[in-house]
Formats: sequence, structure tokens, C-alpha cells
Amino acid sequence: MNLSFPLALKAINATLRLMPALPPKFAKWFASKGWSIHPHQQDMLTRADAPALLLIAPTGGGKTLSGFLPSLIDLATGEHKGMHTLYVSPLKALAADIKRNLTAPVQEMGLPIRIEERTGDTSQSLRKRQRADPPHIFLTTPESLALLTSYEDAPRMFAGLKRVVIDEIHALAESKRGDQMMLALARLQTICPNLKRVGLSATVEDPAAIAHFIARHPDPCEILQADPGPAPDIQMLHTDEAPPWSGGGAAYAIPAVLEQVKQHNTTLIFHNTRAQAEIFFHNLWLANDESLPIGIHHGSLDRAQREKVEAAMVRGDLRAIVCTGTLDLGIDWGDVDLIIQIGAPKNVKRLVQRIGRANHRYNAPSKALLVPANRFEVVECLAALEAVLEGDLDGDPRGTGPRDVLCQHILIAACAGPFEAKALYKELKSAGAYSTLTRAAFDACLDFCATGGYALRAYDRWQRLIESPDGRWQLHDPRAAQRIRMNIGTIQDTDTLKVRMRRNRGGKPLGEIEEGFAATLTPGDTFLIGGQIVKYEGLREMTVEVSRDAAKKPKIATFMGTKFATSTQLSARVQRMFTQDSWPELPAHTADWLHLQREVSQLPQPGRLLIESFPHDGREQTVIYGFAGRNGQQTLGLLLTKRMEELGLSPMGFVATDYATLIWGLNAVEDPGPLFDLVTLQAGLDTWLAGNAVMKRTFRASATIAGLIERNSPTARKSGRQATFSSDILYDTLHKYDPDHLMLQITREEALRGLVDFGRIEEMITRIGGRIDHRRLTRVTPLAAPLFLEMGRVPVNGDAEERLLAEEAARLMEDSGLARITPAPSNKPKWRVGY
Amino acid sequence: MNAHSFTFADHRLCALGSGALFWPEQRLLCVSDLHFGKSERMARRGGATLPPYETRDTLERLERDLNQTQAEVLICLGDSFDDLGAAMALPEAERLWITRLQAGRRWIWIEGNHDPGPVDLGGTHLSEWAIGPLTFRHIAQPGARGEISGHYHPKARVNARGRSISRPAFLVDRDRLILPAYGTYTGGLRSHTQVLCDLMRADAIAVLTGPHPVAIPMPR
Repeated sequence: MNLSFPLALKAINATLRLMPALPPKFAKWFASKGWSIHPHQQDMLTRADAPALLLIAPTGGGKTLSGFLPSLIDLATGEHKGMHTLYVSPLKALAADIKRNLTAPVQEMGLPIRIEERTGDTSQSLRKRQRADPPHIFLTTPESLALLTSYEDAPRMFAGLKRVVIDEIHALAESKRGDQMMLALARLQTICPNLKRVGLSATVEDPAAIAHFIARHPDPCEILQADPGPAPDIQMLHTDEAPPWSGGGAAYAIPAVLEQVKQHNTTLIFHNTRAQAEIFFHNLWLANDESLPIGIHHGSLDRAQREKVEAAMVRGDLRAIVCTGTLDLGIDWGDVDLIIQIGAPKNVKRLVQRIGRANHRYNAPSKALLVPANRFEVVECLAALEAVLEGDLDGDPRGTGPRDVLCQHILIAACAGPFEAKALYKELKSAGAYSTLTRAAFDACLDFCATGGYALRAYDRWQRLIESPDGRWQLHDPRAAQRIRMNIGTIQDTDTLKVRMRRNRGGKPLGEIEEGFAATLTPGDTFLIGGQIVKYEGLREMTVEVSRDAAKKPKIATFMGTKFATSTQLSARVQRMFTQDSWPELPAHTADWLHLQREVSQLPQPGRLLIESFPHDGREQTVIYGFAGRNGQQTLGLLLTKRMEELGLSPMGFVATDYATLIWGLNAVEDPGPLFDLVTLQAGLDTWLAGNAVMKRTFRASATIAGLIERNSPTARKSGRQATFSSDILYDTLHKYDPDHLMLQITREEALRGLVDFGRIEEMITRIGGRIDHRRLTRVTPLAAPLFLEMGRVPVNGDAEERLLAEEAARLMEDSGLARITPAPSNKPKWRVGY
Repeated sequence: MNAHSFTFADHRLCALGSGALFWPEQRLLCVSDLHFGKSERMARRGGATLPPYETRDTLERLERDLNQTQAEVLICLGDSFDDLGAAMALPEAERLWITRLQAGRRWIWIEGNHDPGPVDLGGTHLSEWAIGPLTFRHIAQPGARGEISGHYHPKARVNARGRSISRPAFLVDRDRLILPAYGTYTGGLRSHTQVLCDLMRADAIAVLTGPHPVAIPMPR
């Protein structure tokens, strides 16, 4: 048995006797392990009949057993038939892990309980059997659950369901996956009215919001808080060498990190991006003279490879794992005693959860080291350390439930069989996030699902859903159910391509890269995947073929990946630090770096706006240090580039961080004053919605979820792409001919929810009141340097693109010699087409 | 006019930024792969109900090109309709719009793999059409000369100072010319694709469409 059933050193006190006693079999088992029940485990048992419960416990607090104990006790009698408890977790790996952890006590106590998981990886035959003969405890993910509710026999499969346990609910509550899951639960609650809900959460800043999210509206949801355990031991890693000015690899820290790995049993080395994990692993391996067993694990690796690493980790064969967020959630990876975070933690909550990975023992403090990758990150790390110590968790409240998810839910409901609009509306309002949804808003979604919802009623003959004479809605063509089911889910997987070793056919799969990255490769380019350097050979039927390459350094060192935004709390802390005269709390190299910034330019001042402009990399760069948060800075980037386009400055793109926006273009910004006129900017906001890349990206995501764009069609992507066309075309067409269409309304809602923050810009412009410090410089400044490594660059498609294209085309034609050989017409035609 | 002029089979032709080909001496405009009624066909086959505005958007652009070039002949180079059913189901307003555009000019529908056979609209329906040294057909034939075709929806990509720019493109060599797709709801096939590399000669050029069409050596 491993450590998720932790040792509770505290003696059970007398109050226990007033509570429901543990059945003898369980008491004996606990005793045989030398364990006693945690107070919060007992609390959960006492409140087993509550309609909804939220348990907040640190990682390693025996959360899982707390969630399942009532179910195990109930099932021990062997009387229950069919499914009893449903467990939903955000990660497939977590479901597998829980299954392992539950199977052990069930076997040891000889309980008559069948436990099975079902995820996207489950075999067809097992899936079929599970629907006919469901297990007692069923472990799954939100997407698989949504799929199951789309079958006509869902009521039979879930009949008798008593409890649902939602793990890592803090992670789900932040995403559309969570919204989808809660809509599926609303469905289950109709099938099984007495269903009890239990949410398990790591430490969160606003437990009441999660409680509202989890309970059937308007049921109450009691919140149980477990002892948070001792404060974590967290420090910045001391290195002999100073971190560079810019750079994301933290290569300088390799010797120090390796030293730490040697001193501990198992170390998890977290990175913010997959690309950084790959580079770091590569460098770590080159420096690993003692050949310590070290693995790499991230979401782009082939599943078989990942499973190999996971198995080795569980066996305790690895001394360190270089990883990304895929290992972020509460997976029990055995004896981890040190967490190293490379790069500034972009979010305090995530840092705390990562730290929770170490020392999976309830009473030992977690040990973690932060390794800033550059000097700016030293400042960020220090701010994060302070925030952790003060328990200042970050998070933004989420608004009402997104309507794209609702549209998908309506289609799922239609797959399961005919429904009444009124009943469905009532049912989904019981999900907390949708409790304020109006009937009109629901009807608009229903109309969209049924007819497309266009002003031009073109699809009367081909409606997807039709209302039958008895007033119930159903699929027009029952065969459409297959297509809808194939597109269930809210995760936006960017199009990826598989990477394989080139061999006659079907070489070893290595993992996946984004199509956008693949498009930038030319044969001969080398890049890193799974810790090895490979050479791009070519594309064959949507598979990237590579060969091994002995190069020391990959030519292209990055592929795209998720970018995490720094929370606003951290950004405000950083801004405060910049106002200090000196920084005794910072390492000398970083304090010197800030002093240098003061010398060559200046540090941003409160109540003023610092703008730096300088040429770099063949382009004119402008940096606006607005400290308006990532969303605010992003919006600022959109508005400013639009203004610059109007002023003929040919901007080419921008990237935003929490502190600053970097804009690059063909012409220099000489006088930024006119750019920051609030009235002009505000006027710009109303029109920029029209055609920018961020809106199109949002549209694509929402239109996919709502079922307008199909991610997977039965005739999957063929080798060519001329049959498919870009979602941008749909966006432009709708915008031109049907600007009030629901999909555009949803796109605006979603953009305003996540991406656009004009309020912070207004506040910033009022705060600076025209006090702009413009520094025109000849080169990159210390503070600006890290911005050049930011991901999430947004292109501006304007005049600059045309200029670049013309320039490049002329060069290519000249180089190829084609420019000189294109012949002129030799003679006039002697005939003409008849009219 | 925003166009790139080049010589093909001894005649001066213009690749327009819109994706249409213009032959000034003959006042002849040629467009390929309009795919009218694509959204209707998708919905009819139980797929998504896409915004049903692609036919009018395509017609709007075609009308603009016809007005600007004052073309007297229009050749639709095949796959003008997403299928024959889509041609039948064309809304009355769009049917009338086509009729209006046909007035006063010669209009030739070349048949494509999506629309093999005559449709119930004015104009001449042909499987291919030759004029002087040029032959207009939907799908390129190996070994042909002076051939103008469509079908593949070619697009080409160029890297300019770190930016990747991908556009629908004309592919041109001394024997053949392949038009990009003109219809609003159409995607593209990269010029790197084997079938295009096999069809086009090594010294082929690609003319990228857009506000300022430009020629580059065909990326492969």
C-alpha cells in the first residue's frame, strides 16, 4: 500500500465515539496498517448523507480515502447491484492511479467490490461490457462521462448510482471541462435523484465559489477543511553562476540542480513549457556524468513512452523526472522528496500544488527549490516566495457558465433521445454555473443547435434537431449522433502531428508536435523531442518523419506549448519591488541588473508609464510597461497595433506579459503620446473586435465546442488539406453577413471573459494621466530582454505583411534566377474569342 | 488593378489578387473551384450548419472582378457547385444574381469532379474548352501543354523575416497553369504536396494572391 493512505500520528480522540464507528473489518484493516483515521476522514463519514460536500485538504492528506470511505463501507455488505460510486478526475493517469490505490485495500479486506476505469484509452470491448454490466466503482474523466450520458441506455447504466466523487475539483472548476462535467451531473441527478456529490480540492482561495459550483443548485454544500499541515520549506536555489539577463533554459543551474538530485531520493523538476523541459532534460543529460537514472514526462510524448516513465517512477527506479503540468495534479508518484521549479512560477496556486508533490506524508513539510531562468525571474521568484509564505493565493472568479459548452450539452442530450426544452432548461439550471441562465439565452442555444440560428433561414430542410408534434426535440437524422459523439469535449487540442522515426514504414513513435511548428520545419532542421535530437526528414501522410541526429545542439530548439500567465497578484508584488532604492533581499547579480536598468533607461515608476523603443533583430521594438495584467496588456497590444497601423507604422505583431507589451514592426515609434489617447483607444475597442487574431482564435475554440466546426469527422483528415478550410473564413463571413449571430455573441463573451480587459487599461491610463516616460534607445534594455522569449505572439496582418512579402518574393526570384528568364510575349494573338 | 502579369504560352495573362485569372487581350476572366452551395451540401449530409452565406460572398467578389475587368467571357473552371444537388438547391436570389451576371457576356461552365454534368442555369456547359494554344479543363493532365486548370486549390507558403505567410496561389510553369480556388468556403493544398511537385516543372513559379500578388519560385 502506498502513501496516499497516510499515517496519522495524532491519536483519535474521544469525540470519535460519538460518530458512526468504522465497521470492524475496516477498523481491523486500519489497525493492521498501524494507521488511524484522520479527523477529516471521520468528518466525511459522519456527513455521508449530505447532498453535497467539499473537502479541502493538502496533497497527501488522505483525500482519496476520505472520498471513498463511505462508498467502501456501503458496498462491503455486497448488497448493492450495479454502479454505486462514480469518480471523475481531470486526468486519465489519475484515474489509473486511484484504481491502483483502491484495489489494494479492497483486496486486503476481501471486499466484494469491482472497480474499473474508463477513459479515452479503454478498449472497445471493455467499454461495451461496462455499459451492459457497470462496475460498483467507476472511474472516469469529464469527457468520457459526457459521452456516456449521450447514449440512450444511460439511465440503465447509471441506475442505482448513489455517490459521485470529483477529484481535483479546483482544477476542473477553472475550465470548460468542469462546466461540461457539471452539466453531465445535472443529467445524472435527474436519473438518480438521491445522488450525493463529494468534491475533493487542494487549497483554494475561494472555497465558497467551488462549493457553489459543485452542489445541485440551490442545495447547500458544506465545506470541510483538513489540517493544512506544516508550512512548506521553500527557497530559491543558490548557484555559483549568476542567471543570464534573458533566456528560459536555466542551463546555468544544471550543476547545482544535479547536485540536489544526488542529495535526494527522487526529485521532480517542473518546467512551465514542454519546450523548456526538453531543452533542460537534454542539457541535464549531457552533464549527468554519473549516469543517474533521469526521465522526462510531458503531454506531447507518445503514450507508451510516458507510461514507461510512470512505471519506472512508481517502482522507484528514477532519481529525477523532468516534467511539465501533466504531473501537476494529485498523482501519487511515490517517494518524491524534492520539487524543483525551473523558471518563475507563474501562479502561486500552481506553485503550492507543485510543492505538495514533495513528501507525500501528511506531517512532513514539503521541500521545494525555485530556479529562476533569468534575472527578471529572480524578482518574480522572490515575489512568489513571499506570496506563498503569506498564503496569498491567486485566482479570478469565473462568471456564468459559457454558452458554447451549453450548445454541446444540448446536442449530447439530443443523442440520448427526444427531450422537452422546458425540462432540459430546468435541469441544466441546477448546475451552479448556469443557475442564472435565462430562458431566452437557452432558447438561442437550442435554435443554434437546431437550425444554425442564422438570420437567413437556409436550413429548414436540413435542421439538425426537429421539434416533433408532441413538442419534444430530437435529432433529424439519428446517424448524426455518431458525429456529435466524436466531437464531445471542450479541450482545445491544437492540431498536432505525430512524430515517427523514419524507417521503411511505421518507425517508432516519439510523440507529437503542433502543426504550426511542423510548418516551420524544412528538411535537415533538427529539434528536440523526448530528450533526443532528431532531424526532420519530411512529412508523410500527416506524420512527421525524423531520423536520429548526432548534432550536439538542435537547430530549432522550441516547439509551441501552453503558456501560463502570471497572476495579477504576483505582478503587483513585482511592481512594488521596482520602487525600492536598493534590493538587499535579492541576490547581488539581480540587484546589479536592476541598477543597470536604472542607469541605461529607468525602472517603471508608479503613477507613470514607461515606454522604451529601440531597434533589435532587424525590427523596431516598442515596450510598454503598463503592469495591467496579461489580459490588459494583451488588449493594449491589440488596440495599439491597430492605432499604429492607422498611423502607418507597420506593426507586425506583439506579445503580452503581465507587466509589459512588446510590439515589433517596421517603423519606429518616435512619439508614443498620440497612441495613448483614451478616447481614441476606446473608439478602437468597439471596432477592433472585427478582425483580429485573438477574436479568431476565440471563435475557433467556441465554434468547435458548440458543434459548428467538427474536430473529428468519420472521414478523418486525409493527407491533403484542400477539403477543409480555415475557421477564420467562417468568422469573417459571419461577421460580414450575420453580425448578431449567436456564435459571434459567444465569441465576444468568451473574449471578454478571458482575453480582453479594457477596464484595467482605462484604470492604467487614468493612473498615469498622460505622464509617459518615453526612452528612445539604441539597443535592448535589461528589463526588456526577457520579453523576447515570451510565447503567445500575436501576429498583426496589415501593411507590414504585404511589404515583407514583396521584399521576400523579390529576393527569392532574384536568387533563383527565375526573375531573368520569365519570357515576354513574342507575338500578338491573331484571333479573338467569339462573343 | 492589383495583378501580377506574366507570360504563358506566348500570351500576357494577369493573376489577380482575388484568385481570378484575366486575359486582357481576350477580355476573358477565368475562376476555378467556386464550390457554390457548400454549406447546403454539408447540412444536407448531416454535418454542421455552417453560415449559409458563402455563395453570395463568392458572387460579390466575382461581380467586383467582372466589373473591374469588364470581361466579356467568363470561364468557371469546374467544381463551380459543391455537387449537382447544391446547384439544384441554389436559392432563388442567388440564381437570379448569376443570371444577371451572365447578361451581356459569354459564360462557360467547365465540368468538374464535384459537378459532372450540366446544371439548370444559363451558359455553355463543356467538359473542356480550347482556344488558340490554350486549353481550359478542371483537372491537369500529365503531358499537356498550354493547359489552364484548377481542382487542387494550390496554396504556397513563404517565410519573410521570421513570419510565415501562406496564401492561395497560382502555379505556373511553361506548360501549365493551375488556379487557386476562388470560392469563399475553400481551403488550400500546399505546393509542397507530392502531386503538385510531380505536375509542375522544377522552375515553376507560384503567384501568391492577396492585396499585392507576388511571384516566388514554387515552394516544394
